[in-house]
Amino acid sequence: MSVAIKIENLSKVYQLGQIGTGTISNDLKRWKAKIQGKEDPFLKIGESNDRTKKGNDIVYSLKSIDLEINQGDAVGIIGRNGAGKSTLLKLISRITAPTAGKISIKGRVASLLEVGTGFHPELSGRENIFLNGSILGMRKAEIKQKLDEIIDFSGVERYVDTPVKRYSSGMYVRLAFAVAAHLDSEILIVDEVLAVGDSEFQKKCLGKMGDIRQKDGRTVLFVSHNMDAISKLCNSGLMLHNGENVKHGLMQDVLNTYLMHSTFQQEVSFDFFNLKPQITFISLDKEKLSENKLKLTIQYKSPIELKKVVPGFIVYNQLNVPIFGSNTRFHNSNFENAGNFEGEIIAEIDYLNLHTGNYYISVWLGDQSVDYDEKIEIVSFEYKSKFDYIQLPNPLEIGSVDQYVRWH
Amino acid sequence: MNKNQQNNENWDFVIQSKSSLFSLNLKEVWNYRDLLFLLVKRDIVSFYKQTILGPLWFFIQPLITTFIYMVIFGNLAGISTNGLPQTLFYMTGIIAWNYFSECLLKTSTIFKDNAHIFGKVYFPRLVMPLSLVFSNLVRFGIQFILLIGTFLYFALFRDFQFHFSFALFLIPLFILLMAILGLGLGMLISSLTTKYRDLAFLISFGIQLLMYGTPIIYPLSAAPEKYKSIILLNPMSTIIEGFRFALLGKGEVTFMSIAYVCIFTIISFIFGLIIFNKVERNFMDTV
Repeated sequence: MSVAIKIENLSKVYQLGQIGTGTISNDLKRWKAKIQGKEDPFLKIGESNDRTKKGNDIVYSLKSIDLEINQGDAVGIIGRNGAGKSTLLKLISRITAPTAGKISIKGRVASLLEVGTGFHPELSGRENIFLNGSILGMRKAEIKQKLDEIIDFSGVERYVDTPVKRYSSGMYVRLAFAVAAHLDSEILIVDEVLAVGDSEFQKKCLGKMGDIRQKDGRTVLFVSHNMDAISKLCNSGLMLHNGENVKHGLMQDVLNTYLMHSTFQQEVSFDFFNLKPQITFISLDKEKLSENKLKLTIQYKSPIELKKVVPGFIVYNQLNVPIFGSNTRFHNSNFENAGNFEGEIIAEIDYLNLHTGNYYISVWLGDQSVDYDEKIEIVSFEYKSKFDYIQLPNPLEIGSVDQYVRWH
Repeated sequence: MNKNQQNNENWDFVIQSKSSLFSLNLKEVWNYRDLLFLLVKRDIVSFYKQTILGPLWFFIQPLITTFIYMVIFGNLAGISTNGLPQTLFYMTGIIAWNYFSECLLKTSTIFKDNAHIFGKVYFPRLVMPLSLVFSNLVRFGIQFILLIGTFLYFALFRDFQFHFSFALFLIPLFILLMAILGLGLGMLISSLTTKYRDLAFLISFGIQLLMYGTPIIYPLSAAPEKYKSIILLNPMSTIIEGFRFALLGKGEVTFMSIAYVCIFTIISFIFGLIIFNKVERNFMDTV
C-alpha cells in the first residue's frame, strides 16, 4: 500500500501569553541569533503541552511526531482537549506552518475544519455553493457538473435562490456539508463538524464519509470526541497526548488504549459565585458502585430562594452514547425542595444493570421551567457487572444495558 | 529503502518549516483563478444587495464628493484648478485616488478581515488581495465611465477645449501602476499589521493625510517650488497629474517622474510580495 501522508519529526510551538507587547525587541533578539547562526533563543526550553501546569511561555502543541498514513485509510484521531489534534490537522491542511519537521503529501487535500467557510450571508444558496466550493479548491466546471447532486444532497432545493442569511442554522449546515461532501480530493480532513445538524443528517454525513473512503479509496483524517462515530468510520487510529504520538494502529486498539488512559473522577466541588443557583458539589459513592448500586449526591446553593428544585442526570457510556437518565420532572421525588437557599439531593439506584465498562455522568439543575446549571460528563466511573461473562460484550454492538436473561 | 526513495520523488507537495523567500507558487494562484473570479463577483454583488439604487451607488459617492470639493476648495478657498473646469478637475483626482486608497486600505487589513476564512481552509493567500484589486478595478471602471460621461458633456455643451494627444494611451499604464502600488504597499502593511496592530491605526488616518500630499484638490503647478520635490516623492502625485494630463491635457509630468514611479512601484510590489509570502505561512498564530 502506498503512503499518502508522511510526517517526519513534526513539531509546532506556540507562544503563550500576550503577543505584541515587546515583540519588536524579541524579534530583534531572534533575528540577531539567526544571523549568528545560533538557535532561536525563545525555543530553547521545550515543554509538552500540559495545560494544567504552569511553566515557560513556550509550549509544544505537537512534539516530534513521526507518522505514515496509507492511502485509503480512514484515520480517527483521538485525544483529550489540548492533545494537539486540531494543530495536526491545521498543519496538514497548510493553515499554519510547522516550527520544525516535514509533512509530505500525495494528492489534493481538502480540509473541513468548519462547514460553510466563506459563506456570504447576502448571497443565495446557489452562489454560495460556487463560492464555498472554490474556496475548498474545486474548479468552477467541477461544481457546475455536481450542482444538482449537491443541492439534492443538502435537501434545501426550495431555498437555493434565497440569501443564506434567511436560512435556519440547520439548512445552512446541510448546504455547507453538501458542498464539502462532493469534493474530489484524494485526502479529506474533517474536524468535529458533525457535531452540528440533526441526528438524521449526521447519519447521512457519516454514511457519505464512509462511502468516500470505501468506494473511492480516498484517505480520510477525522477528529471527533464522538467515539461511536469514530469507531464506526475509521479503520486506523491515532492517539495524541500532550502533543505526542502515543499510539498509532488499528482503531479498536487505539480506542482501548485511550479508554484505559482516561482517569476517573468520583468527587468534584465548584466555587459558588452567588450569581445564580449553582451545583456546588457532586459525588459518586464508590462503595455502592462495587455493590452494583448507584448513589449520586448533588449539593447546590442559590442566591435566591428556590421554589421547587429539579435535579437531573444522564449516564453515558464510553462512546458518549446516553444510556439512561432521570430528573424529577418525570420521576417522582421525595425530598425537601421548597423555600431553601441550599441543599443536598441524593439519587439512588438499587440495582444498576450495566455491562462492565467505563461510564460518565452529566448533572443538571433547574426548576420547572428554567435551567440553572449543567455539568457535562463531570463524574465518571469504571463499572464491573455483577455477572460473569464468558466473553466480554462489545457495547458498540449490543449496547450497554446488562439485562439479565435466563436461557433454558 | 528502495520503495521509500521512490516515494520521495512522488510527493505532490512537501510542507516544511522554512521556505525559500521566492517560492511564490504562482502556478497555484493560477489554479485558483475561479475563486479569484468568484470573490470579485461576491464583492461587487454584495456591495449593493438589498439596496434600491443598486450599482448607482458607485456613481453617487464620487459625484457628491466632487460637488463638496467644488464648493469648499474651488469656491470658498478659491484654489486654482489650472484653468480646467472644476468638476472635471476634482472628479479625475477623486476617482483615481479612490481606487488607490481603496486598494491600499482593503489589502492592508486583509489578514485581520479574513482571519476566520484563513484559519479554516487553505488556498493561496495571494488570491485575496488580488481579488480586492480586481473588484476595485471594476468599481473604478464604472466610475471611469461616469468621468468619461462628464468629460463628453463638458466637451460638447460647455465648449471645453479638448486636445487629443497620444498621452491618452498612458492611462492604462497609470491604472496599472496604481493597482500594483496599492497591492504592493497593502501587502507590505497587512503583513506587518498581523504582528504590530499599531500600523493599522496609522494607515487609516495616514491615507487621509497623504491625500493632501497628493495634488488632488490643487494642481501641482500651484504648489510652491520648495514643496514640489517633496510632493513628487509621493508616487501618487505623478500618477494623478499624469491622469489629468492624459485626459484633460493639463498636468505636470516628466519622463523622469514616470520612471521614478515605475521603479518605486516595482520595488514596493516585490518587497510586499516577499514579506506577504513569508507571513502568510504563520500569521494564524499571531493575528
